Amino acid sequence: MYNFLESLRSAFQSVRAHALRSFLTMLGIVIGVMAVIAVVSLIQGFSKSVTSEFNGLGTNSLTIQSYLPRKDRLAGKIAKVTTDDLLNIQHAVTGISGLSPILPVGRFFIPVKYRNQTTNSQVLGSTPDYAVNNGTYPEKGRFIVPFDDLQHRHVAVIGVTLITKLHLPEDPLGQYIQISGQWFKIVGVLHPKGQILGFDQDNQVIIPYGTAHSLLGAAVVPDIAIQLKVNDTKQMDAVVGRISQILRRNHHLKSGQDDDFKVQTPSQLLGNFTSVMNAITYILGGIVAISLLVGGIGIMNIMLVSVTERTREIGIYKSLGARRSDIMLQFLIEAVILALIGGIIGLLLGYGIGMLVAYLVPAFRDSFVPWWAIVLAFGFSGGVGVIFGITPAAKAAALDPIEALRYE
Amino acid sequence: MSRESLLELQHVSKRYVMGEATLDALKDVNLTIYRNEYVAFIGPSGSGKTTLMNIVGCLDKPSSGSYILNDTPVADLDDNALARIRNREIGFIFQNFNLLGRADALRNVMQPLIYRGIPLSERKHMATETLQNVGLGDRLHHLPNQLSGGQRQRVAIARALVGKPSILLADEPTGNLDSSTGRDVMAMFDNLHKNGHTIIIVTHDQNIANHCRRVVRLMDGQVLSDTDNVAKVGNQEAMRRV
Ligand SMILES: Nc1ncnc2c1ncn2[C@@H]1O[C@H](COP(=O)(O)OP(=O)(O)OP(=O)(O)O)[C@@H](O)[C@H]1O
Ligand SMILES: [Mg+2]
Repeated sequence: MYNFLESLRSAFQSVRAHALRSFLTMLGIVIGVMAVIAVVSLIQGFSKSVTSEFNGLGTNSLTIQSYLPRKDRLAGKIAKVTTDDLLNIQHAVTGISGLSPILPVGRFFIPVKYRNQTTNSQVLGSTPDYAVNNGTYPEKGRFIVPFDDLQHRHVAVIGVTLITKLHLPEDPLGQYIQISGQWFKIVGVLHPKGQILGFDQDNQVIIPYGTAHSLLGAAVVPDIAIQLKVNDTKQMDAVVGRISQILRRNHHLKSGQDDDFKVQTPSQLLGNFTSVMNAITYILGGIVAISLLVGGIGIMNIMLVSVTERTREIGIYKSLGARRSDIMLQFLIEAVILALIGGIIGLLLGYGIGMLVAYLVPAFRDSFVPWWAIVLAFGFSGGVGVIFGITPAAKAAALDPIEALRYE
Repeated sequence: MSRESLLELQHVSKRYVMGEATLDALKDVNLTIYRNEYVAFIGPSGSGKTTLMNIVGCLDKPSSGSYILNDTPVADLDDNALARIRNREIGFIFQNFNLLGRADALRNVMQPLIYRGIPLSERKHMATETLQNVGLGDRLHHLPNQLSGGQRQRVAIARALVGKPSILLADEPTGNLDSSTGRDVMAMFDNLHKNGHTIIIVTHDQNIANHCRRVVRLMDGQVLSDTDNVAKVGNQEAMRRV
């Protein structure tokens, strides 16, 4: 015990005695830990904001989309969720509300024009319930109303990004924009939502569902997504089962055939996102492992040098009665201290970088360092110290006292 | 003889091999030292005194022959047992001091006590007291390179004495000291001897040798003579009073 304390003291002393050398030795660990902490804090903050975004959808909401496994798609099969499906669900499923279709106009982004300005934007056709289901409310003007939908009115609610992109007036209500060759009057501007995964959620135009439908032409049966809310979350499974039943019948699927659609809860959508985040975390783990390995080799190298330099000192310790284990402990502690100090510096730097990026980039605003990352950073750097400190420490402990005392 | 033998060297030789050349630093040394003896090893430079001390102090091992300490052949002892002997039984004052360069006088003297598991406050107390006894009470926090040669020697002496070892091995302990300090150090050794400790001193100084009870004279790695001074006790008493 006293020897342990004494070894600690002596370890700090020798780290301090060679401050620059010690720092350079730790650098590998510092950089490794710094990188992890910075990235982990950002990813954590990021997934926290995404999670709360998904929670905004409500735990009781469902999304229905067409889905085909890749091999079926390659085989030329087509899957669609259609307006008929929507109507059937509306009539046959009880205990649900806020049923609304989402019909993307164009595959992804399509040109939107205002005077001589053009920008590519996501255009969705939907109904008034879209606002409730997605927590998307107008900041100025109004959202789509049932009358717009029924009458296939040419009105649009736009995200704030379009105002700047299209050089619209500060108050764009009443202005006309052109989509797919037709004119739409702006009736509302949505409350800004910011970015997710670099995707600008405010670069969006919402038009009435009926209008979007006619825009695509009567001949086309479009593939839509359907959102709805389950009134009683306890009925969630029952509702999902009922919907599946209806869709399978509508799509003429025989028993044994796979669904050609997906009914997803927010937690499932979140699950998809989480698995992406986990993949990033594993890749990161690999990078960290490499940098800790490099850091560990650095420590081992300098500890071997240190043992050689201090051969006489070790001889003196032995002549005064130090056992192998005493010498071993002393050098091992020194290696661990080096690694841990590196870990602490890396932690602080990584934390600082995380804070800085969070401050500069809005998407990472919620950055924070989870306790497990700190524990892991310390665990790993301490472990590296032990693993790479053992060889030099054993070398020191095995020295013959009289040979060591004679060492020049 | 009724006296208890403490250590026994039987046909001890030490041979150094340096490539082609070999050098016999000790040749067939037979020596028995009893508990509470006060012995001087005397002999010209290169005669093997330090080599002999290192073997007696369990730092080095003989090339041949056996060394028996406390009825136990040292060759049979493992590393930990040897470390324990070096720590508890033996106080070693090296010819070249072997102080820890990065530690001040106090820490140097405290070092052996760490391995005994003595708490810091007590270590400090014991070390301070011993340093005061060798007249270095005002140099506790000087590093070895901030001390004179004689002061360093006294730090080395304090470090050997601090644990009150049963055997004190002193390689030229007064070599760098003026006669008055040297006498103080010898008085400390006398005191230890009176308390039952065994003292072995390497010296060139005939006066110091005369001060001891027994003188072992070495020459070219061999014991030339082994004489008892007990007959001259009166002489010694006279000298102690000087
Ligand atoms: N490691 C070694 N390798 C080779 N020869 C050695 C070694 N150590 C000592 N010797 C030789 O052994 C002999 C005895 O050396 P030792 O140090 O015992 O002498 P000493 O009696 O202590 O001399 P001094 O009074 O000068 O200290 C010397 O001739 C020396 O050269
Ligand atoms: Mg010598």
